[in-house]
Amino acid sequence: MKILVVDDETDVRTLFEQRFRREIRNGQFSFSFAYSGEEALRYLHEHASEVVLILSDINMPGMSGLELLKRIKQEYAAPPPPSPQVMMITAYGDADSRAEALQLGANDFLTKPVDFTALKDKLLQLATHEN
Amino acid sequence: MNLNAEVFFTVLMAVALVRMLRKFLDLPTRLPRLNQALTWIWVPGVLLFLTDRVLGWKSDQLDEAYLLLVLLVTAGLLGLLRAYRPARTLLLGLLPFILFSTLELLLSSTRLLQDYDEAFDTSKGFSFIWLFTSVFIARSQKRHLEKERLEREEEEKAKQLIAAQNAELERLVAERTAILTQQAEELRDALTELKTTQNQLIQAEKMASLGELTAGIAHEIQNPLNFVTNFSDVSAELVAELEEEQQNPNRDPQLEAELLGDLKQNLLKITHHGQRAASIVRGMLEHSRASTGERQPTNLNLLADEYLRLAYHGLRAKDKTFNATLSTHFDPNLGTVEAVSQDLGRVLLNLFTNAFYAVQKRKELNQPGYVPTVTVRTRALPDGEVEVRVCDNGTGIPQAVVEKIFQPFFTTKPTGEGTGLGLSLSYDIVTKGHGGTLTVETTEGSGTEFSITLPA
Repeated sequence: MKILVVDDETDVRTLFEQRFRREIRNGQFSFSFAYSGEEALRYLHEHASEVVLILSDINMPGMSGLELLKRIKQEYAAPPPPSPQVMMITAYGDADSRAEALQLGANDFLTKPVDFTALKDKLLQLATHEN
Repeated sequence: MNLNAEVFFTVLMAVALVRMLRKFLDLPTRLPRLNQALTWIWVPGVLLFLTDRVLGWKSDQLDEAYLLLVLLVTAGLLGLLRAYRPARTLLLGLLPFILFSTLELLLSSTRLLQDYDEAFDTSKGFSFIWLFTSVFIARSQKRHLEKERLEREEEEKAKQLIAAQNAELERLVAERTAILTQQAEELRDALTELKTTQNQLIQAEKMASLGELTAGIAHEIQNPLNFVTNFSDVSAELVAELEEEQQNPNRDPQLEAELLGDLKQNLLKITHHGQRAASIVRGMLEHSRASTGERQPTNLNLLADEYLRLAYHGLRAKDKTFNATLSTHFDPNLGTVEAVSQDLGRVLLNLFTNAFYAVQKRKELNQPGYVPTVTVRTRALPDGEVEVRVCDNGTGIPQAVVEKIFQPFFTTKPTGEGTGLGLSLSYDIVTKGHGGTLTVETTEGSGTEFSITLPA
């Protein structure tokens, strides 16, 4: 299952690679990283049908996570290919952001610091569901 | 009975003369005791007359002798008063007359008088004229002196008047001075109060800008703290896996090395993010503390980056719909500059906050294709100066306003949103505090660029 992680903090890559090293090693998950909304969109255009799940930070300079979400939902409005799942991750776990994200079509809403155990469960669930 | 009756005329004359002299020479004040004595001037005359009467001696010279006595007394009197000019003149006028009278009296019994009768008469006439002239001159002198005295008195009066006026003026001046001194005192107090208030305002402005940043700072601290937590957690997992691997009979040295490598990397990351959080806290403390004014070598690239993030996240925390592209162009060759970093940080923070405010305002206009962008550039200038440019593509500043933006309390923001001190303080910090320049270029509707130059 290919997952695109979007965050302006580059250390997120190291963190994910270590957290999911077993899953990566046994080929369960494959991660790609984008450090801005714009970059994420470019990546999606280049790898249109590969990405199953997008984990995106909301608070980023330039294109925000919510903006990215909006664009993705617009572009994949008419399937095929089916729209990838989008999970939003934010440091501001307030009700407004959550409501806005869900209203824009986010599949889930996580707050930082990310509970990786919970995230792993969710991802595994998705993976089995996918299969 | 007719005998010596002339002496009575002389007595009367003497009395009249005394009266005249009294009046003319003002004897009661000048010589009060002699004046009293002169009242008795008639006594010798009357005594002479009575003595003659008793003795039955008749003489033509009796009245003349008496007259001479009177004249001598008068001369003596004038002599006493010689300091008074009219008296001196009178004495001078009287002397020849006395001389002749004496001579006449002495020579009356000789023939000489008859022989030179005419010469004597003429001389006497002259001495008479002389006497009258003297009297006349004395009178005019007296008048003159009197006039002088009056003038002096007038002068004295005028002087007294002036003195009185001077005293009054002095009093008024003193009164006015007291009022002015009091006013000056009041003004000084007011000035002190103003200065205190100004310092309080500056501090308040600092705190206000800090308050705006709270959310941004929280976010900026939360991020590295999250990394610290996450990397610690994952490291614990790595250690567990390593231990597991060590128990394994078929140990994979490559995996172990990889795990150890990751652990080492994670520890570095934890340190890095811990320091990042610490530096933000330190920056916040520095920002809220009163400036020490101490210059230290400062890396402008780091400072600008730190405050750009703080400002951005601060604004985002307040308005979650807000977003802007941050573009940084930091000159890697920029050396450190001697600066009070917390002061300079305030300047940068202020410029960034303004820039974000401007792009946010323009974004609200919903122009199609508008990408709010705030750019910061640092550059080492050829002459050794260092330049920081903060550029936004926001609303720009109207020409009418741009001249006032560095004035204290000038703000275009609604009441409560800005103190109007930000740019004025920034200007002072850059120019007075660091000997640099702070300039602005703006085009209404398309953006603003602030430029700081600091001497190396």
